[in-house]
Amino acid sequence: MTPNPYLYLWLVPLLPLAGAAINGFFGRRLSKKAISTVALVFCGAAFVMAVWLAAGFSSASPPYSCDLAHWIRSGNFQVDFSFYLDQLSLVMLLVVTGVGFLIHIYSVGYMWDDDGYYRFMAYLNLFMFFMLTLVLAKNYLVMFIGWEGVGLASYLLIGFWFTKDSAAAAGKKAFIVNRIGDFGFLIALFLMIKHFGSLDFTHVFAAVRSLPAETAGAGLLTAIGLLLMVGAAGKSAQIPLYVWLPDAMEGPTPVSALIHAATMVTAGVYMVARSSSIFDRAPMAMMVVAIIGTLTALFAATIGIAQTDIKKVLAYSTVSQLGYMFMACGVGAFSAGIFHLMTHAFFKGLLFLAAGSVIHGVGGEQDMRKMGGLRVYMPWTFATMGIATLAIAGIPPFAGFWSKDEILWKAFNASWVYWLIGVVTAFITSFYMFRLMYMTFGGEYRGALAQDAHGHDDHGHDDHGHGHGHGEPHESPWVMLGPLVVLAVLSVFGGWVAGYNNHFEHFLAPVFQGASDVAQEASPEAGKSTLEYLLMMVSVGVAGLGWFLAYLLYSRRPQLPARIAAGLGELYQAVANKYYIDELYAVLFVKPLIDGSTTILWHGVDQGVIDAAVNDSADAARHISDTARHMQSGNLRSYAGWIAAGGAVVIAYMVWMGVR
Amino acid sequence: MVPLSFYLLLSGILFVCGVLGFLIKRNIITIFMSIELMLNGVNLSFVAFAAHWHALSGQVFVFFVMVVAAAEAAVGLAIIIAVYRTRETLNVDQVNLLKL
Repeated sequence: MTPNPYLYLWLVPLLPLAGAAINGFFGRRLSKKAISTVALVFCGAAFVMAVWLAAGFSSASPPYSCDLAHWIRSGNFQVDFSFYLDQLSLVMLLVVTGVGFLIHIYSVGYMWDDDGYYRFMAYLNLFMFFMLTLVLAKNYLVMFIGWEGVGLASYLLIGFWFTKDSAAAAGKKAFIVNRIGDFGFLIALFLMIKHFGSLDFTHVFAAVRSLPAETAGAGLLTAIGLLLMVGAAGKSAQIPLYVWLPDAMEGPTPVSALIHAATMVTAGVYMVARSSSIFDRAPMAMMVVAIIGTLTALFAATIGIAQTDIKKVLAYSTVSQLGYMFMACGVGAFSAGIFHLMTHAFFKGLLFLAAGSVIHGVGGEQDMRKMGGLRVYMPWTFATMGIATLAIAGIPPFAGFWSKDEILWKAFNASWVYWLIGVVTAFITSFYMFRLMYMTFGGEYRGALAQDAHGHDDHGHDDHGHGHGHGEPHESPWVMLGPLVVLAVLSVFGGWVAGYNNHFEHFLAPVFQGASDVAQEASPEAGKSTLEYLLMMVSVGVAGLGWFLAYLLYSRRPQLPARIAAGLGELYQAVANKYYIDELYAVLFVKPLIDGSTTILWHGVDQGVIDAAVNDSADAARHISDTARHMQSGNLRSYAGWIAAGGAVVIAYMVWMGVR
Repeated sequence: MVPLSFYLLLSGILFVCGVLGFLIKRNIITIFMSIELMLNGVNLSFVAFAAHWHALSGQVFVFFVMVVAAAEAAVGLAIIIAVYRTRETLNVDQVNLLKL
């Protein structure tokens, strides 16, 4: 008789926590081999557990939940430490542990020479713990713990090289911008407590389903939905809170792959999908989600065109792809959003890891203008990154094609506007990704060859402590290439789970049951019409067009882009400078806040009221004492005089006031 | 028979003499004697009242005062000797610090 894996559900998040604790507390004294073993074993064990759970998972049985301990008991309101496993959690669980484990392996190679190796591994494991808590939570509060925890881990890892000013600032920026989103999330939780008296998913959704849909005007559910979206926009880098993600590329590349591409940033999509019942009853909130997602997808993609830093391109691409997922959720196609989340985790994780391999190979250089011709030096990286590029561009039969096409089809059913913007974005995506490929791997190597000075000093961007001077670009070790190959395989085949007969959607259907009755009236089976194939061909066509344009501009006529950029003038400058959004935020929010804090809070309240109250009372005490101390001269006769005078006053008082 | 007011007047004069002596004089011995003068001024009023009201408690109280005064004299003179030994002066104005 085999033990029931579900009884050990709580082990899944706690295993990485144990790894983080061991490496965090004792890592300084352990050898690098021991640190790697601990990190990999505990993370791998979580992955094995996840696979075990998946193997025993049956869609027929109800979702499994596991109450670990009581937390809050107050009257009728109660929150427990409890975990929950249904189809949606299971998908997330496999993605997080699977991709996470691969990136752990990759990190061993990438971070080996770094002084903070044990710290890095401990943070990665800590992140895994919080991320798994997030996806396995049974109520919004436990989810919120994970939500805040991944934010913390993200902050620690972005600012991993904390001696570098820009990294420390990027960490703070990520943390503060996320805090704005968390504020919205938190208020949504308060509203739920007030109106439903519970934070448990099952209770809240049951209560929500008993309410009618808020068709006209905005009500409670719309408010909750919009506030949840504020939280999701913060975590998943959507307009207007996306600004932290590109800066987050200051962190080590495996971190960018794990946290800022594959897992953490998708937490917002997961949360919206999880709350599908709420959004379903609040069409206005849904519409806002769809519009934000669509705009973000287009907006970020256009910025991606003009970036020259290889990681920045991928960062904006991530923001754009997350926009797709929100677009899917916004039109009610939650399973399509989760599907894209999964395939995106594969190919974007792969893209970042391959970019890391490139950066590693050319000695810390991140500027694509100084790369080129690397396909000769790094064939494996080139091949895997090429597969990922084909996947993200939406070329069949790679993973991205299936999920992106699913989203576009669902979006078309909602409104052709979403579809149109989606297709334009797909074109731009294809263009900037192939631009990246041609600039990095095509043509001739433009970096400095055989320059010893270049090796150690020029670690301005991604300093991973390479000791030896970089003469020629070189291929990465197998500990880094292995995960690339695995992810490449997944990027090829990952889409097929849903490609055939919408298997994935049927699998997730029970989770989105509550949402299905309103939004998905267009049944996918009935819709497998000529129209869908036509739209499919259009999206493949624009992807091909984007590829061709990139080939034309960056391979055939490499001098053309500069001329086009010069021709566009101001417009090109605006795009290259990210539409000056950071500068706009600085003027609109950051500067007033700093000025206000300096003049009013610091100089006014802190120094003027709080410090002043303390200092002034101390000054008063000193002045009074200064006067009074002259009475205490030590002169015996003056004391006697005071006593006599006092006695005289008492007697005089008694005489005059009539003690007769 | 001498009326009560005479005793009280004398008692008051003695007490005021003591107070003035305490405040004016600088020699510790003189100050000490002024204290005795004040105590005995008060004693006089006690016994005067006791005789006047025919109450013995006033006289009893005088004995207590005398006992305390005797003890005080013993301790006080010892302190004066100690002060003189360490500071070689009996002027209270020069003895205004507790530590040397």
